[in-house]
Amino acid sequence: MDSKNQFAVLKDRLPSGLRIARALTCFCSILACSALLLLRVSADDKRLTIYSNAASYSIPVIDRNGQEYVGLLEAIDPVGSVSASAQGSHWRLRYNATESEFTEGSSHARVRGADFDLRANFLLENGRGIVPVASLGNLMSKILGGPVTLHEAARRVFIGSVAIHFTAQMTKAAPPTLVMNFTAPVNPMIATEPGKLMMVFSRDPLVAPGSPSLTFDSKAIPSASYLEENGSAALTVNGTAPLFASFSNGNRTITIAAAVQPETAQGSNAAPPPQPQATAPQAPPLISAAPPPTSPTNPGRAAAPYFAVIDASHGGSDRGEDLAGGLEEKDVALSLARVLRQELQARGISVLLIRDGAITLSLDQRASMTNMVHPVIYIAVHASSEGRGVRLYTALLPLGGRSAGIFVDWDTAQSAFLSLSETGASGIETELQRKQVPVRKLMAPLRPLNNIATAALAMEVAPPAEGKPDVSLPSYQQLIASGVANGLLSVRGRLEAGR
Amino acid sequence: MNIKPLVLGVAIMLGVALLMGASLWRLRNRVSGDTSTSYTQPVAPPASGAIEPVTLYVADDDTGMLIPRKSTIALSGDRQQRAEGLLRELVSLYLAKSSPHPLGPGSEVRDVYLVEPGLAVIDLNADFANGHRSGVLVEELTMASLVETISANVPGIARVKFLVDGKERETLAGHADLSGSYEVSGVTQMANALQDSQ
Repeated sequence: MDSKNQFAVLKDRLPSGLRIARALTCFCSILACSALLLLRVSADDKRLTIYSNAASYSIPVIDRNGQEYVGLLEAIDPVGSVSASAQGSHWRLRYNATESEFTEGSSHARVRGADFDLRANFLLENGRGIVPVASLGNLMSKILGGPVTLHEAARRVFIGSVAIHFTAQMTKAAPPTLVMNFTAPVNPMIATEPGKLMMVFSRDPLVAPGSPSLTFDSKAIPSASYLEENGSAALTVNGTAPLFASFSNGNRTITIAAAVQPETAQGSNAAPPPQPQATAPQAPPLISAAPPPTSPTNPGRAAAPYFAVIDASHGGSDRGEDLAGGLEEKDVALSLARVLRQELQARGISVLLIRDGAITLSLDQRASMTNMVHPVIYIAVHASSEGRGVRLYTALLPLGGRSAGIFVDWDTAQSAFLSLSETGASGIETELQRKQVPVRKLMAPLRPLNNIATAALAMEVAPPAEGKPDVSLPSYQQLIASGVANGLLSVRGRLEAGR
Repeated sequence: MNIKPLVLGVAIMLGVALLMGASLWRLRNRVSGDTSTSYTQPVAPPASGAIEPVTLYVADDDTGMLIPRKSTIALSGDRQQRAEGLLRELVSLYLAKSSPHPLGPGSEVRDVYLVEPGLAVIDLNADFANGHRSGVLVEELTMASLVETISANVPGIARVKFLVDGKERETLAGHADLSGSYEVSGVTQMANALQDSQ
């Protein structure tokens, strides 16, 4: 037997578990090396951002001789007609009709026929002229012939009057709301972590307010801070409760609302009295919560802050279905949601009510709010004049991308929780049937059910029977809500265990 | 230099341009007029092709279910035209006076595109979506009816996607999600739940 065959035999004799372990080790090593490489690259990735009326763009910053440098051609190219040529150690830049001349290794340059001090040596690398960041503000001002402001430490350059200013104001509404108004539309990236909401403005020429630290007379949102670094500006809003951001006024206004935490909700935002009649909803609050009592079934277990998130569908400019009797679905859904909250709280179930007022929320906002507070179950409330009784829906999932580890595909986030949702629907179905309410258990392609990463249901409440009064009848709403609450209570343990 | 021929040439060219502009304007008006009238009537299935038995899954508002209905219609041998013919037949049922599931006036299936492998893109017109009644069940019935009918009679369709006037739309009428595409097997499961829950 030759050596090649011997190896093949040896390989065949290796236990399959060992082979898998070896392959896994190899895979993990490659993954770790790739991650380290990526981290190293991102750590070294210094950027300088230039804001102008023509464009906002970002260019790489390189370190030479302890100084930060950028390519001058790249810095100016997007704002006008520019060309450059190198002859030996000399480098000429032509912008529109003006010429500038630089010499490799010299800190003196000629710009528009006048001497200019670069504050560090000009460098020429493979025909590419690079200049110190420290001199870029004055240099670009000379070349472009207009005002240019450099925020050197943050590596941000503002050409002309492009800066965006903002104001921040707390409203006295409950829950507390911080309204930030900007002088131009903004499009920040938003991230949250416990107690913080961060908005990173990488393409918006946002500038600091009078003071980088803002304080507010609010326990839920006590402060915010402004910071700019590495070519972007960031606003961090600090809160003692989960914070949610929503955009309005053509992205000129960002409203940040705090979910009222259990301890702050005591007293100040106790459960409001039931409002069984479908009336026009009042002005904000956006969301409201009541304190989650300790679980009577699982006193020692660390429970989710809210067992249930109740979502009154539609709202604001989205009226939903035009119901019989001139009612609008958004109003009846809110009325039903409030009664359901009351019924759940009466059974010791903590509830967060999304949309406790006449506001417009997108489906993505509703899903984000829900996923951030990690409830045991999400219930969207709809109303209809078609058919009779209650229809309970679980999600018909659309085709989505793949989830990868901790990154869950947004469109199919519900996929891992469908059986839990089914459990919740079955519990409610049984209790409603016990109350002689006609009930159907269905599936529907209904957002945001598919985006919810916990048990999720929608209930569509129709009149009790043909020819009977509409769904806004208080006694009927009470009957439905108590059935749903009983149903949830009956499967509470299974839902909590399933999480 | 004699500029007379030049002036004459320019004048002739201007005249031709004006005539062409006027002619285009008339054509445009005629086309837009034709479009507005064409949406007021349901489009009949193509008359060409063999008459054959099909099963239409008809949404029924009274029961909240899909009712399979046998029918014979003339269908083209081409899969795409066959799919369009089926759905137009279905929509004409919904637009009739005794409709079990009324749609808004002017509702129409513009096109069905069969994209390999197994994707059917159903393009509805704006009247279909804008005039559709709002509600989870009523919208779900429409979607299920269209998908079940097309998949039962045109082999090889595994997934469906809805467009409205050639564009993506978030919902049909405020509820049924049209932003994604769906497995036919999932829609069939949804349709079965409609039958089972009654």
